Amino acid sequence: MEKDQRVAWEAKCIQEEPPACSTSCPLHIDIRQFMAQMAAGDLKAAYQTLKKKLPFPGILGRICEHPCEAACRRGEVGEALAIGALERYCVEHYGGPDPVKPLPRKNKQVAVLGSGMAGLTAALDLLNKGFRVTIFEQAQQLGGALRGFPEKLLPAAVIDAELAILDALRAEIQLDTACDTAFFTSLVENFDAVFVDVQAGANLVLPLERNPDGHMVNNAVTGATSMEGVFAGGEPDPGRAYSPLMEAYAGRKGALSIERFLQNAVIDYNRDKEGPYETLLYTNLAGIAPNFRELAEPLTEAAVRAEAGRCIQCECLECTKHCLYLKTYKKYPKVYVRQIFNNELVMHGAAHTKNKFVNSCTLCGQCQVVCPNDLFMGEVCLGSRHTMVEEEFMPPSAHEFALQDLEFSRSEAFSLCRHAPGFQESAYLYFPSCQLCSTSPAEVMESYHFLRNNLDGGVGLMLGCCGAPAYWGGRKELFGEIIGEMRQQWKEMGCPQIITACSSCQKIFKEFLPEIPLLSLWQILETPNVKKALPKATLPAKTVAIVDPCTARHDEKTQDRVRRAITERGLTIEELDHSRGMTECCGYGGLVFNANPDLTDETLRCRAAASNHDYLAYCALCRDQVAAAGKPVAHLIELLFGENDNRDPWQRGWLSWSERRENRSRVKETLGRQLWDEKPCEQEANKKMILHLDEEVQCTVDRRRILLDDIRQVISQSETQGRRLVNKDNGRCLASHTIGKITFWVEYAPHEDGFQVFNAYSHRMNITGVK
Amino acid sequence: MITLEEAQQWTCDACGKPLVMREVEFYYLNGSFHVNLPACPECGLVFINEALATGKMAEVEGILEDK
Repeated sequence: MEKDQRVAWEAKCIQEEPPACSTSCPLHIDIRQFMAQMAAGDLKAAYQTLKKKLPFPGILGRICEHPCEAACRRGEVGEALAIGALERYCVEHYGGPDPVKPLPRKNKQVAVLGSGMAGLTAALDLLNKGFRVTIFEQAQQLGGALRGFPEKLLPAAVIDAELAILDALRAEIQLDTACDTAFFTSLVENFDAVFVDVQAGANLVLPLERNPDGHMVNNAVTGATSMEGVFAGGEPDPGRAYSPLMEAYAGRKGALSIERFLQNAVIDYNRDKEGPYETLLYTNLAGIAPNFRELAEPLTEAAVRAEAGRCIQCECLECTKHCLYLKTYKKYPKVYVRQIFNNELVMHGAAHTKNKFVNSCTLCGQCQVVCPNDLFMGEVCLGSRHTMVEEEFMPPSAHEFALQDLEFSRSEAFSLCRHAPGFQESAYLYFPSCQLCSTSPAEVMESYHFLRNNLDGGVGLMLGCCGAPAYWGGRKELFGEIIGEMRQQWKEMGCPQIITACSSCQKIFKEFLPEIPLLSLWQILETPNVKKALPKATLPAKTVAIVDPCTARHDEKTQDRVRRAITERGLTIEELDHSRGMTECCGYGGLVFNANPDLTDETLRCRAAASNHDYLAYCALCRDQVAAAGKPVAHLIELLFGENDNRDPWQRGWLSWSERRENRSRVKETLGRQLWDEKPCEQEANKKMILHLDEEVQCTVDRRRILLDDIRQVISQSETQGRRLVNKDNGRCLASHTIGKITFWVEYAPHEDGFQVFNAYSHRMNITGVK
Repeated sequence: MITLEEAQQWTCDACGKPLVMREVEFYYLNGSFHVNLPACPECGLVFINEALATGKMAEVEGILEDK
């Protein structure tokens, strides 16, 4: 992952952006946190939150004009929080200010002219940074306009107590000090920097440049005036009421500028997010019940806590609300992108701790649909998988079984590309997909016969895999090879239209073989002439929940066609919460079933629990995955072509990996024999070995991705070579055999015409010696 | 690891000998390890049970794969 790309992806995730209440506050108080602390009754923590950003919290907490309330998102669902009242309650009841300790002092001296809220804030911030500050005030006391507030609202004693902090921080205060041009010039000469509180010093004539309208010229971002080292702020806006908060912000801005000026740093660097601004944070308010203030004077602690509890704690997390994978790892994409970036940079010898995380994304695209900025974690994870493969740190176990399954589909055992019998050319080429052949071999064969009988110009057959597992596993080279082969085969067949029955294949073809004209099986079955010929299966009335595949997320036409096909057969449809564009992956996508089976189990458990009705899938992978979770589920093709099959398609249950391979081979062998008079390949002796496994053992073995053929090879070797252990108690044999990179162990005993298998397990470590 | 009690349920079919503890060398992804495991004293046929294969061995394989 390139750094620029990382930064661009990180910027799309806005979860860390502050909420609107904070960004509407010129001082950016963390009101969300303040509300959580107030709701918890933790007044001390809430006060500290205010103090972190609010100078003189006892003063501003009482008189701030709380622009945050207008920005409060709770206001869109009920009534905005009474932030101002809660702030006042906090500072009144906490009993601040906290005592302060003087800091080590720097050698730089700053003069602050005027002691309104701008001057006082500038002075306080500079003192807190260790500068020596002298405040010059014309009046007999500090405070400027603050002294004009009614005593009930802002008691003089509170002002005095809060301003005493300045003394504690060793500010020099010179009251009753008139300031003329000569005095000002002496300040500029004797101090390292000067801050002018424009409000407090409104009547002063200073040798600073002014606009024709009389306003002092100062930089809006930094407060810099026409004179070097002199900064100003706090000039009242004639169009607005007096705002102590904006004054405090002006003082803070000036203090930061002075600090940078005295450090010879760039004064205006990265200051675009000071003061009020529009936040980028997105908060979805759907589903939040409206509620309203229930505050009456005098405020009680219970009422205050209840009011603070109305805060919806604005955040985004749209993706983690829907995606179990993103939720499981407990962070959000901005953090994940950085973790993946770092995972790629791990120095040799250290652990790539995020490999499993990268391989646990199904690449389904749901996050992109719900993200306000279209961030697609699948793109991030797939890119990282490419890197892992290229730089050879992709864990072998992550995708090996799935890639072996892909190779099986590419092998002679399944792959085939032929014109229809009696045809030298094909107008169409049926590509039912390896996985549909795995799950519904009879219906695939029946549908091929149907297409040949009802379409003109010849319908060829292409059996193979579109390469999706290679693509999902980040195997660019292998995927490119498969795409190249398919393109070549298609050309050799005379460039026919391809009919697909799998959304994953459809997506791969569209994206990587755009020159191929595509039709989906569901599309062609809707054309009037074909539709007339379709078997009219009468189905018992039933409500089914549609499982849309993630690869058809953006294919509304297919989604509609499937729904029409279902309702026309008398079924009623229930839409799942996660359907159509919002659908979720069954866990096969991205090969997560291989890399993180526990996550896939949990995903399927949630998917299966989403409705009490039986499910109907139109993706073979979805059918098999959902069935494996124990949910009654049928595939659409079984409703359309299951005429000769008396099974209840909803009760078919799960299929083992071995059965899925056998079914693929069955499609090729049966059609080869029926249509092209091909003789089946001679079965290896091993394959004739009969195995008996009870259901529990079958499940265990299948979950460990151990095929019956693997077991046969182990037993065969054991029986021919005699290298095995024998259990003294029950006579069972335990044998092992290394096939490829994996060592398989099988516990078995001869049984009737074959062998009873009691257990099988495997490991990847090789035994290289015994001492 | 595997207890000798469990291992003693098994004998090597070819040699007819009960298993004894031997030092077994494993290799995976540029890493090699030595572990004491039951094996035939005659031919060195090693016994690995389900718990070891799906537990500790799988765990170590995972750690090595992320190296």
